[in-house]
Amino acid sequence: MIKLSKFTKVKKENYLRNLSFGLILIFLCITDFILKFSLNINFTNFLPNILNLFFPLILGVIGLYLIRAEYSGIKLLDTLNKNINTSNFNAILTLLIIFLIILVIPPSLDWLIINANFTGETKEECINDGACWTFVKVWLRRFIYGMYPDQFHWRINTAFIVLLALAFVGYIPGKKLKKLLPLYYVIIYPIIAFLVIYYLISGGSFGLEWIDTGSWGGLSLTFIVAFFCLIFCFPIGVVLALARRSPLPTTRYIAVGFIEFWRGVPLITVLFMASVMFPMFLPDDLFIDKLIRVIIAISLFEAAYVAEVVRGGLQALPRGQYDAAKSLGMGYWKMHIFVILPQALKFVIPGIANTFLALVKDTPLIFVVGLADFVGMITMAKANPQWLGFVMEGYVFASIVFWIICYAMSRYSYNLEEKYKTER
Amino acid sequence: MSDKIIQIKDMNKWFGDFQVLKDINLDVEKNKKIVVCGPSGSGKSTLIRCINRLEEHQQGSIIVDGTELSENTKNIEQVRAEVGMVFQQFNLFPHLSILDNCSLAPIWVKKMPKKDAEDLAMKHLEKVQIADQAHKFPGQLSGGQQQRCAIARALCMEPKIMLFDEPTSALDPEMIKEVLDAMVNLAKAGMTMIVVTHEMGFAKEVADEVIFMDEGMIVEKAATNEFFANPKSDRTKLFLSQIL
Repeated sequence: MIKLSKFTKVKKENYLRNLSFGLILIFLCITDFILKFSLNINFTNFLPNILNLFFPLILGVIGLYLIRAEYSGIKLLDTLNKNINTSNFNAILTLLIIFLIILVIPPSLDWLIINANFTGETKEECINDGACWTFVKVWLRRFIYGMYPDQFHWRINTAFIVLLALAFVGYIPGKKLKKLLPLYYVIIYPIIAFLVIYYLISGGSFGLEWIDTGSWGGLSLTFIVAFFCLIFCFPIGVVLALARRSPLPTTRYIAVGFIEFWRGVPLITVLFMASVMFPMFLPDDLFIDKLIRVIIAISLFEAAYVAEVVRGGLQALPRGQYDAAKSLGMGYWKMHIFVILPQALKFVIPGIANTFLALVKDTPLIFVVGLADFVGMITMAKANPQWLGFVMEGYVFASIVFWIICYAMSRYSYNLEEKYKTER
Repeated sequence: MSDKIIQIKDMNKWFGDFQVLKDINLDVEKNKKIVVCGPSGSGKSTLIRCINRLEEHQQGSIIVDGTELSENTKNIEQVRAEVGMVFQQFNLFPHLSILDNCSLAPIWVKKMPKKDAEDLAMKHLEKVQIADQAHKFPGQLSGGQQQRCAIARALCMEPKIMLFDEPTSALDPEMIKEVLDAMVNLAKAGMTMIVVTHEMGFAKEVADEVIFMDEGMIVEKAATNEFFANPKSDRTKLFLSQIL
């Protein structure tokens, strides 16, 4: 204890000595922590209880204190000092995070990979303690394609490849066609996408067998629902946002009413209405597929949110932009298309990305109305009598897949932000 | 009659309960340069914003180039296309290059072919001496350059009248001259101009008439020499003594 006070009055001139001493202390701190909490070996149990518990933390804080310096000349060390070791409080936070990582990562890796089972075809072949990825492997085709007949999976694959290829059309044309791109993405592309999905995945003509939407499912259904909802809700949302700021009272009140209605209703209610209630109001001879009803419902629901986000962007624009556009003789639509919306939409890329991510993650809710998307298929698989007890694997797999999708979307939105960044 | 391009008669305007413009009567003849001055809050900006109907007036009449401005004016865009405006805060479109800022309205409002519109834009950018900045974005330019670009943008619509709303008030002192020079050149070329400004030097150099406004009223309206040499009202004298 006497020595401790000595440490706290370290002279910074002897930096090299402090550095080596500090590094040893940090090493001891981490070793002690691993021994104590991961391997249950306690070398310091002769100390009083509380001190014993916090011993690694104390060692670490002293160690970090010793190596803390304004400038050491060692690049890596300076970066670390500047970022994670600026004060004693930060040093404690840093250590706690390191401890948390030590506690969490090795067991997770152990379960996920090291002790996991990858081989075999049945539940009984999963003999190791870790995760049974055999479950995912066996069910993978179902997770991706749902109940869609095995021999027709190529139809889904082809449709997605075609749609993906068409989505990249925007990178090809020269300057002349560039201004047609918004038109292409907002109107033509959705129509093509609908036709491709209708004729290829639904079938019914060109010698392709009709496959009812009831047997669609899995990740492909997730993509279809998310894709159509995204491309529909965006233009509807923009129009709603403009309508809400319209000088015409009727238009404005309709927009406000619409937005407040959809924002005030839970998505799950909307889905039930679309799947159960809505058909009752339709004439007997008119039938709209449940999948289409659900897609329309989600699109309208999300459009209300997009509208509010876009409205935020419109309000952030200085009034001078409207004045300048008007003074040049532009009418309402020209002003909005060329001056207002390009700037407002740029402001709201983060907000739109937020809404879109939420939308993608909301799609599994369609399971409640009997559409088995990716998560729905997992829920069904885990209830299969031969594969009981693999809830964890299924949902971890779902989380990983969703995380990849959402992270990709989020990176893409950052790229867009960078690309369209302009100085004011 | 025919050479009166702007006629304002008994015009009144309120913002809510507050009357900003009171009984404004003003005729502007073609090719005349009018400078409007007065203390802040006197309604100068509102007055010229009424001329292209960025603000609506409630009483009286405004006739611009033969078209009366009212709620029923269907072709307000046509009137605005003939009236160019330059703002205190430049109001360039930050997402478009300088060239696109200038050619946007000719292309989409006047339906000019893109090539012609860009040539026209370059011509006017050259006049204000920023042709070399044409492919930059507004954010990369100095205030003076931005304001000159704003003048070029307005000129690209080939307006009959130019309105200037305190064009130099947001500029650093060093940049005021380059903008004023551009405006003087424009005046010499014979443009009809209404300029709200505190630059009395500019007023003496180019204005045919000076209008002094206070509390929403036109207090004094006189030929430039007359205005500076013998102001009639005490309010004008006080204002001039403070500003000169």
